[in-house]
Amino acid sequence: MTQALDEIKIGGLGASRKRVEDNRFIRGKGNYTDDIVLPGMLHMEILRSPLAHARIKSIDTSRAWQIPGVHLVLTGEMMATRNLAWMPTLSYDTQAVLATDKVRFQGQEVACVIADDPYIAKDACEAIDVEYEPLPAIVNPAQAVAEGAPVIRDDKENQGDNVIYRWEVGDADGTERAFAQADKVSRLKLHYPRSHPSPIECCGSIADFNRATSKLTVYMTTQAPHIIRAAVALVAELPEHMIRIISPDIGGGFGNKVPVYPGYVCSILASILLERPVKWIEDKSGNLISTGFARDIYLDGEVAMRSDGKILAVRMHCDADHGAFFSDAQPSKFKIGLLHSAFAAYDIPVGHISARGTYSNKAPGGVAYRCSFRVTEAMFFQERMIQAAAHDLGMDQAEFRRINFVRDDQFPHRTPFGFLTDSGQYAKCLEVGLRAVGYQDFLRQKAAARAKGRRLGIGISTMTEPLGAGNSREYDILGIKMFDSAELKVHMTGKAIVRTGARTQGQGHETTWAQIVSHELGIPAEDVVVEEGDTDTAPFGMGTYASRSTPVAGAAVAMVARKIRAKARRLAAHLLEVSEEDVEWELGRFYVRSAPARGVTIQECAIAAYSNMPDGMEPGLENTAYYDPPNLTWPFAVYIVTVEVDPETGVWDVLNTVAVDDCGVRINPMIVEGQIMGGLTEAYAMANMQFITFDAEGNCVGSNYMDYLLPTAWETPGFELHSEVVTPCPHHPIGAKGIGECAAVGGPAAFVNAVMDAIADTGVRNIDMPLLPDRVWEALTHHRDVSGAPPVRSDD
Amino acid sequence: MTIVYDDRDGQAASDIPVRRIKFTINGAKKVAEVEPRLLLAHLIRQGLGLTGTHMGCDTTNCGACTVLVDGRAVKSCTMLAVQADGHEIETVEGLATASELHPLQEGFKEQHGLQCGFCTPGMMMAAKALLAANPDPTEEDVRWALSGNLCRCTGYQNIVKSVLWAAEKLRPQATADGSQQ
Repeated sequence: MTQALDEIKIGGLGASRKRVEDNRFIRGKGNYTDDIVLPGMLHMEILRSPLAHARIKSIDTSRAWQIPGVHLVLTGEMMATRNLAWMPTLSYDTQAVLATDKVRFQGQEVACVIADDPYIAKDACEAIDVEYEPLPAIVNPAQAVAEGAPVIRDDKENQGDNVIYRWEVGDADGTERAFAQADKVSRLKLHYPRSHPSPIECCGSIADFNRATSKLTVYMTTQAPHIIRAAVALVAELPEHMIRIISPDIGGGFGNKVPVYPGYVCSILASILLERPVKWIEDKSGNLISTGFARDIYLDGEVAMRSDGKILAVRMHCDADHGAFFSDAQPSKFKIGLLHSAFAAYDIPVGHISARGTYSNKAPGGVAYRCSFRVTEAMFFQERMIQAAAHDLGMDQAEFRRINFVRDDQFPHRTPFGFLTDSGQYAKCLEVGLRAVGYQDFLRQKAAARAKGRRLGIGISTMTEPLGAGNSREYDILGIKMFDSAELKVHMTGKAIVRTGARTQGQGHETTWAQIVSHELGIPAEDVVVEEGDTDTAPFGMGTYASRSTPVAGAAVAMVARKIRAKARRLAAHLLEVSEEDVEWELGRFYVRSAPARGVTIQECAIAAYSNMPDGMEPGLENTAYYDPPNLTWPFAVYIVTVEVDPETGVWDVLNTVAVDDCGVRINPMIVEGQIMGGLTEAYAMANMQFITFDAEGNCVGSNYMDYLLPTAWETPGFELHSEVVTPCPHHPIGAKGIGECAAVGGPAAFVNAVMDAIADTGVRNIDMPLLPDRVWEALTHHRDVSGAPPVRSDD
Repeated sequence: MTIVYDDRDGQAASDIPVRRIKFTINGAKKVAEVEPRLLLAHLIRQGLGLTGTHMGCDTTNCGACTVLVDGRAVKSCTMLAVQADGHEIETVEGLATASELHPLQEGFKEQHGLQCGFCTPGMMMAAKALLAANPDPTEEDVRWALSGNLCRCTGYQNIVKSVLWAAEKLRPQATADGSQQ
């Protein structure tokens, strides 16, 4: 009898397989959008508005046209003649491609130049004369709804104010009754600042329209190439089969590369007009001030409690600042995304959430920056609120969580806002985290240090995040249902290629999809090549964001491999000359049940599919699977952070960061840990330094890396990761749950709670993120809450 | 680099000043004619087609364009091509030989020191300059030396491990070289 395959050795499920894609990246042989050079290619640059809100009186492009090497100058007026001055957004609003009537945020696209090289194009942008008539700028929701506020979207009929929507969920009356019976009510108000995903690679595209074939090929930085193809077909009114979107290697996405941006549209039109390839590569300022931001939300909530600590009800209101156009890139039918996933990990009988979205003179394009849309805000408020409530009750923050968690035996559990969580071991994760950090010891150290004037603090945060949209019943983008797909072709020598509708941006799909195939078929992972990102070859899919690749596309890979295995079984029965029912499967091999030594490998089945198939069988060993998940996946995590705050300066240092992530079955533990560490770093960034704000005139503060601070290797703390708790997803074919974003979602509250714990005796309830030294110092010195809402104060 | 401009009413590229420079890139001697305002990063990427040197911010913050100039780590978006005249440049493409990876390249793969790969060439070049000056760095030394290079994916912990892995692998070689002298 042959020896059974060792799944880890062949690079299957659970193997920390080294990444395939690294081979080109470490040699500098990646192929990012800006690396692509096409014959006859021209270069495009965008002229942006210096003002946040102004009427355009005139645009004079004559000097720009005079510069040698300039081929085309595009303005909104010219776009309008082709019905392209405005484009539809993913949230059923419209967005200006190039401004015609007004500019509505600083950095808005006003004109663009296409020239022989980018230097000439930049020169020509500077030679365009635009006359503006400034208007008052609105930079927060309070200003947006104030009486007499200028109407930002006067382009829209029936838009008499700056309110975009009002939305609510839950049971308002039941919540009111529960609050009336509470022993104690705790309240918290905070602002989750505007942030930017800021991948190191900016956005860009190369549009290549070929008049001879009528085909438009666009190489671009997109996380969702098929959605872009559909959008281009609709916006540019080109036939879909004549559009090919290629998403080459992507230098990080984090949600920033989901939306359609004016630069893409302009490069496409320019290529059609000039019949030459047109490359647009955004600079960093352009990226930071004009493309998909995240957060910028004001939360005000309360929990009602019994004196023994049991939470009876929760309610919250949210004001969301969407910028100048409502162009959120989110796939749910809920206006405020999945904000109502808040408190999903806690057993709370009743609750109510209301939300209001408003316009402002700030960049549009809210994106799910490393999260399912608005889940980061939900989990942040939840865990800040939980800590404040525990403090108000005088109860230990770990114990307060423990008594309110959904218990393991309560699944499936319906949250008060309608989600169905299906699995988890919340209390166990918390215990693992508390043990790892040495909770009781730390509390003693903290007390001893305080006696000497030092301030130590410990912060806990937990999160359960709805990841992996769909199901298609509740999740769609402009009506296109949220499913995903995989195609698997097993060649005659037993080697294979798998393609999916997702698009990796560093998550390692080229490595992990092969591992899933390996797990399902026993084909060594190194014999499986993975290809994504080309709409002419990949099956239709909704792309990679919101941690949906493994929950949806990864599931499709498993399902298509099972289809292949089913056919291989019929081939095996034919080769072994027994009936299909007498054939058994073990990894990589079918054998005769009554004679296990008689068997054929999956590779032998593969060649038979091309050379020796039974009569009547369709040749070949290829298939496609479309996967519509029955539910979201619900990973759970506990993050615990300890800090020391310097009372003289407000500077805080991280002493320890412990992460306990239960993301179900891990396909590649090495890659999963890499994702968690990346997420923790962004969490630390948001808590410590990273934010975009605005002054009263609407000038963006955070338009470059000198103002928009990202942590370097020097500031970033070390992390201790724990993987002891594994609760497989009950509905995912291999039991996996999303993981890429968990730490960025749950992490910020752990850092903030730690600092707030260190200064709890001052009575300060809240300091808005980021917890800059001056804010912490102000709270410590003046014993007052510190708001971070724009406009930035004049003394900053 | 050849750029052909439209000649409109005689006012063509004749006003465009061009300078001739000589430099060495990854061991090969080159001559180029460049506009004085051309950034070194663009000379490397467009002029020489060495696209492993990436541009992330063009404001000298992110470090994705880091190369070695005479052995020193330099952000090539902040240096003009004409300033490279007479100097030796090394890019990520010069790290490996035809048959062998540089230990830094091996280290980044072994220790999962990269995800999207965009910052990786700059990180490796900055690390190479560090290891040349300090073959036995501490974790703190590595963190400080790489603090001019931003990464959004990894959280740096594995990058630090990758560099320490490479340092470990390079050290016996350094000793062997030393004993030969």
